[in-house]
Amino acid sequence: MNKTLICINCPLGCAVTVTIERGEVTAVTGNGCQRGAAYARQEILAPARMVTTTVPVTGGSLAWAPVKTAAPIPKEQVLACMAYLRTVRAQAPLRRGDRVGEFAGTAIVVTRDIEA
Amino acid sequence: MVYDVILIGGGVVGAAVARYLSRYRGSFLLLERNEDLCTGTSKANSGIVHAGFDCKPGALKARCNVAGSRMMADLARELDFPYRRNGSLVLCFDPADRPKLEALKAQGERNGVEGLELLTGDQARALEPNLSKACAAALHAPAGAIVCPFGLTYALAENAAGNGVAFRFDTPVTGLTRQGDRWQVETPRGSFETRAVVNAAGVYAAEIHNWVSKETLRITPRRGQYLLLDREAGGHIDHTIFQLPGPLGKGVLVTPTVHGNLLLGPTAEEIDDFEGVDTTAAGLETVARRAAQSVERLPLRSVITAFAGLRAHESGGDFVLGEPEDAPGFFDCAGIESPGLSSAPAIGLWMAERLQARLNLPENPDFNPNRRGILDPRSLPFAERQALIAADPAYGRIICRCEEISEGEIRDAIRRGARSLDGVKRRTRAGMGRCQGGFCAPRVMELLAEAGIDPLTKSGGQSWLLAGPKGEEALHGTP
Amino acid sequence: MEHRDLIVIGGGPAGLAAALAAREAGGEDILILERDRYLGGILNQCIHNGFGLHTFREELTGPEYAGRYLDQVRAAGIPQQTDTMVLSLTPDRTVTAVSPGGLRRWEAGAVILAMGCRERPRGALNIPGFRPAGVYTAGTAQRLVNLEGQLPGRDVVILGSGDIGLIMARRMTLEGAKVHAVAELLPYSGGLRRNIVQCLEDFGIPLLLSHTVVRIEGRARVTAVTLARVDDVRRPIPGTERTYPCDTLLLSCGLLPENELSRGAGVALDPVTGGPVVDQDLETSVPGVFACGNVLHVHDLVDFVSEEAALAGRHAAAYLRQSRPAGRRIAVRPGAGIRYVVPQYLDPAASDGPVTLRFRVSKPVGRCALTAAQNGKALLRKQRPAAAPGEMERLTLDPALLGEGPLTVALEVEA
Repeated sequence: MNKTLICINCPLGCAVTVTIERGEVTAVTGNGCQRGAAYARQEILAPARMVTTTVPVTGGSLAWAPVKTAAPIPKEQVLACMAYLRTVRAQAPLRRGDRVGEFAGTAIVVTRDIEA
Repeated sequence: MVYDVILIGGGVVGAAVARYLSRYRGSFLLLERNEDLCTGTSKANSGIVHAGFDCKPGALKARCNVAGSRMMADLARELDFPYRRNGSLVLCFDPADRPKLEALKAQGERNGVEGLELLTGDQARALEPNLSKACAAALHAPAGAIVCPFGLTYALAENAAGNGVAFRFDTPVTGLTRQGDRWQVETPRGSFETRAVVNAAGVYAAEIHNWVSKETLRITPRRGQYLLLDREAGGHIDHTIFQLPGPLGKGVLVTPTVHGNLLLGPTAEEIDDFEGVDTTAAGLETVARRAAQSVERLPLRSVITAFAGLRAHESGGDFVLGEPEDAPGFFDCAGIESPGLSSAPAIGLWMAERLQARLNLPENPDFNPNRRGILDPRSLPFAERQALIAADPAYGRIICRCEEISEGEIRDAIRRGARSLDGVKRRTRAGMGRCQGGFCAPRVMELLAEAGIDPLTKSGGQSWLLAGPKGEEALHGTP
Repeated sequence: MEHRDLIVIGGGPAGLAAALAAREAGGEDILILERDRYLGGILNQCIHNGFGLHTFREELTGPEYAGRYLDQVRAAGIPQQTDTMVLSLTPDRTVTAVSPGGLRRWEAGAVILAMGCRERPRGALNIPGFRPAGVYTAGTAQRLVNLEGQLPGRDVVILGSGDIGLIMARRMTLEGAKVHAVAELLPYSGGLRRNIVQCLEDFGIPLLLSHTVVRIEGRARVTAVTLARVDDVRRPIPGTERTYPCDTLLLSCGLLPENELSRGAGVALDPVTGGPVVDQDLETSVPGVFACGNVLHVHDLVDFVSEEAALAGRHAAAYLRQSRPAGRRIAVRPGAGIRYVVPQYLDPAASDGPVTLRFRVSKPVGRCALTAAQNGKALLRKQRPAAAPGEMERLTLDPALLGEGPLTVALEVEA
């Protein structure tokens, strides 16, 4: 079976065709680079997404801190992660990369410096 | 308590009556059904002070227009609102129509309009280089002027308030009954007793009139759609350009506004809906097409917004001013369509004098005829603006980039009674520029919230702006 | 009047990169003026990832990308003034600005325009109907959600498939709003393909190409939006209307460079880009005034903004050392299939290295070649598997190759 998907690694958006036989990826074509092949393989077998949102900050110069998952998480867990992120609170001062929570083993980190 | 006068409607006419009434001592209350003043006909019109040549001689419209137009310049000085005498031109495109322009000129002269002159097409184009090549002749009225309709309304109302007139908002009048020599005014926020009532309810004036009088009125809302162009197009013409009037009104005009935009419109459509201020594709196309007949190279790509307003057209065709025989103490200001804005000061003065005579009100010895508008830092010389910012740094923080409106001006507008995004916009122009509030709306919302206004609305009532803090909506769907 | 060697107007990604590059090129006396409360510009509200792949070889969120530049600006000790709105710029580079600290006037040796762009508002789209609350541009909604923590609505229709609109479709969905559809007037999306996949397809949000809003309902707040299919001249087709009950309409219908200051300074503007006409140094028609980023032309990726801005910064620093004599000017023109090219002029003698031509194609195409030709002779030819107006294209040219006559950039579609 062939499946064509748009690579989302970079803005080129290559149309990558993945050949799947008995649940395994046997060929990838149309990718412009190696990351494209890896993405296509991953997207078929275990699609993953970064999650970004904001969480409330106490004691800061800003009321909300932007955060992200430190790595992509399984796509089907995105909404569960959002539900978890609603419970996260951060305390200023904050520096980019500060860890403010963890979802299913993936750290939640702040993406903006916020002064106290 | 018993009020001396209750005014129904916080448009330009209600505000004008309130202002001239405040020259007398008495208890006066203005009731406005919306959250702010200037939310009906007064907020969406051409902003023109007509010279007064296109009203039938002898009609109330003619008298009030010419009188109001003559009062406007002094009033602008007293009350500090934007006004400019830019002059107007009525164009005719067919040389055969020249007699119609001559008739218009003669009519204007009978009405008392000064300085009218007929121009050839070339003379008119010498005055306005972008005028249509098809213009065959024009009637020039140097007395024509432009005014900020919001500025005029707020100026009148703030001056009235400063001289003791009370205002209540979100207070629609739902009933009116005569009891002896008093009137009982019903509203959802309680009933009020008064010796006299002024009906300045715009398109609803006939409905209110008909509650109390057997000499019924009939008002049909006449919708006018407009296109507003960016200030970069504002210099395209300087005069207000009319076309020869048709049966439904003065036709489509092209005019600069006092703030330097270009305004095109209106259409004239009789509709049934008393709140029908929606624009239509066909209406806006008509405006663009007809405006382009008057002016060459009309920069239509500079359109920043479209809007529509309703004129209160009374079947008799004239203003209805005064006290019906069967309703003593009830004073109509009904059927105030164009030239209502131009006429407002004259209507206010005349009506206040009638009320004074009827109620025998004494002079108000403390009456202050002056009012200062919201300070515009851009109007100040460098050093004075510098001093203003040193005294209040909020005047140095620009909130609306397009119109260069500072936080200080917006705070002042809120102090003066702005309670909604549109209320701030009408008073300060924040959000009225080329980005139409894209950048400043969230900042203005913050300032309104800081002043304790909750919920935040665009224009009161159900016009909520925010669904609430994020994080409260149920999550749904699966990625 | 106070003198500054270089004033950078705007502290977003373009202004920051330009100031840094000017400093690295030896510019000492630099001042960044930013109208917002913080430096970083629009990146502060772009909390999603997808930035920095070209610049930093890793995928960052908007605030992280801005943060890396802010760290460098801080380390370099470049002075900056926030909450400062430039009111005017004159042709002799007098800059007047206002801030809560007062009104200031500077005489600048050179100026870099980096004011960015604004969104096209409803009024400019000519959508008839009422004017209720609940019609927001996508960027305003993004600010409300990401910086103010406020949800602008619960049931949403989006007009325009620009990147901000696509990003906001996902963002609103993740905050619990229901996004019913994204309508796009054109037969293709102007957004990046990755955003269509990640922001719409992931959440089952339909993208309705060749559709527009024909009616907004609701007198106080939006109650419904009517969409209709359009024909090939973009006119709504009667009978195809469908009404979506909703409380919010978000608009993502294009970005407009903010050149009011440039216009005041007499800077010549390109009617297609809406930005200044510049040469290879990104110098505008007013000597000593340079432009970069979205005020010059709307970019797709911030990485390219940084790159372009660094070029402006370097050349502004060079200009401060020695103003360049007017040389030969070769016009660069968009040819077949190309909407615009920046820069609009080249001076081959003045170039200190390869020149990057940035441009966009007029409509989406498959396999194609991008060419730069002079007098009918191709100087450069680059094969592309596909090209779309949503993505900026680049050609890098050695100015030594240039002869006389205008240079034309064109698209050749391969069968």
